[in-house]
Amino acid sequence: MMLGDVATVIDATAVRAWLVSFAQEVADNRELLTQLDAAIGDADHGANLDRGLKAVVAALDGIDQANPGDLLKATGMTLVSTVGGASGPLYGTLFLRMSGSAGGEDSLDPAQFAAALRAGLEGVVARGRAQAGDKTMYDALAPACDALDEALDEGVGLDEALGRAADAAQAGRDATIPMLARKGRASYLGERSVGHQDPGATSTALLVTTARVMAGEGSP
Amino acid sequence: MKKLINAPADVLSESLLGVEAAHPELRVDHESKVVFRADPPRQGKVGLVSGGGSGHEPLHGGFVGEGMLDAACCGEVFTSPVPDQIVAATNGVDGGAGVLHIVKNYTGDVMNFEMAAEMAAATTGIEVVPVVTDDDVAVQDSTYTVGRRGVGVTVLVEKIAGAAAEQGRSLTEVADVARTVNSAGRSMGMALTSCTVPAAGEPTFDLPEDEIELGIGIHGEPGRRRVPLAPATEIAEMLVEPILGDLEFGTDGVLAFVNGMGGTPLIELYLMYHEVDRLLSKAGIPVARSLVGNYITSLDMAGCSVTLLKLDDDLLRLWDAPVKTPALRWGV
Repeated sequence: MMLGDVATVIDATAVRAWLVSFAQEVADNRELLTQLDAAIGDADHGANLDRGLKAVVAALDGIDQANPGDLLKATGMTLVSTVGGASGPLYGTLFLRMSGSAGGEDSLDPAQFAAALRAGLEGVVARGRAQAGDKTMYDALAPACDALDEALDEGVGLDEALGRAADAAQAGRDATIPMLARKGRASYLGERSVGHQDPGATSTALLVTTARVMAGEGSP
Repeated sequence: MKKLINAPADVLSESLLGVEAAHPELRVDHESKVVFRADPPRQGKVGLVSGGGSGHEPLHGGFVGEGMLDAACCGEVFTSPVPDQIVAATNGVDGGAGVLHIVKNYTGDVMNFEMAAEMAAATTGIEVVPVVTDDDVAVQDSTYTVGRRGVGVTVLVEKIAGAAAEQGRSLTEVADVARTVNSAGRSMGMALTSCTVPAAGEPTFDLPEDEIELGIGIHGEPGRRRVPLAPATEIAEMLVEPILGDLEFGTDGVLAFVNGMGGTPLIELYLMYHEVDRLLSKAGIPVARSLVGNYITSLDMAGCSVTLLKLDDDLLRLWDAPVKTPALRWGV
């Protein structure tokens, strides 16, 4: 394969760039996330996640020598300790399970990264007990994992595979609009949760979309 | 937004400085944002820890003291505390007889208390039993949802289980009392206005002048439906009827609790209490005890909730037992 400048493996530098980029996107979309949460939740998703990710960036700045698993673990621990609400345990568990899956490897090949992301998804399910169609972050993350696996099975490169995962996460995010919420505070609204985009699925789509920075320069 | 604050990000930490200054009988761990009793844990007494998002004051910090909670974990406004805070509270109140966690049924609270209990078990081995409150009849309960919210009954659980712990009952017995109160209590709330989270700076939802939100929770999350503003007599019926339809309250006597959401004056709460009392009398349900005031609030929201608790002799005695906290105090 001719891949030019595009990366084929994910090392600590790439993971760090992803996490910093995710933090920046959440900061840029803080008001949007809060507005979405005001409609069907309690108007704090943007503020809480932004606070947690700023703490993550500060924690990562203090780590010099690390492998991807170390960075993912520090991210998970920091989010659990700083975010609160449901997002803290859910995003924290996602990154801690990813860290467990990544182990002590210095770099992850695309299949290892896909396995780590799926381990994160399984952690979210174990912690939040959400299923497909409950109108949660699961509805963005699960299609992204599936799309990533399928793309890698087809043998496409990392950049293309992460691009398809991002498309799937965004489609999954949009698909939460007509859903009836069955988890979290939005579920208390019953039918009135229909017609609103889920804030958790929205932040998860940002997480998956920013992952493309790991494939190399100029992306996403 | 007009609020008595310095900066939105400092509201909780600066408010806790005030709690500490006003109440020498309490000790505040500012780093963990946990309110403790100032005196050390009593050996052999079950420790009671509760907590949740801030903005519901006096719940939970105002209920720390003799006969009620041993510690309250204060999350950011409307955001559950994180596991580290709950672990710090659990370690700080342990008197060797185990610790009861009183958790309102919200996804975030349940997950963070669950993670904290796992961490406490792994590190210190302190026995933790969680009791989750879920008394809000506005939420349909089904196996496909997260279930009902914990609202007004949480105050009653903290008082009554606190009295049971003070008597020296075991962790199992105190947890049983807490579960009994939760299963014998039901609540329903309404809002006249939304509330403004300091960090958001504007009301969480719009509510026209001529409408009310029925089935409201305590986080400014909208309720089940909006109805036209009505006289207090009709609003009381909208709150009491779903409660009476959900549980058989019998004729042994109830505790009737009219709670303000934070922005409604006591003169209106007492007016509402009269309406509730009248409806209960019409239904043949004697009122054995009452509580009227702002005890579990939603920042500056105007509105109220009604909680009814079916009492038995044990619960009645525990309710009447001495309590000495900033927000509930009698018999001492």
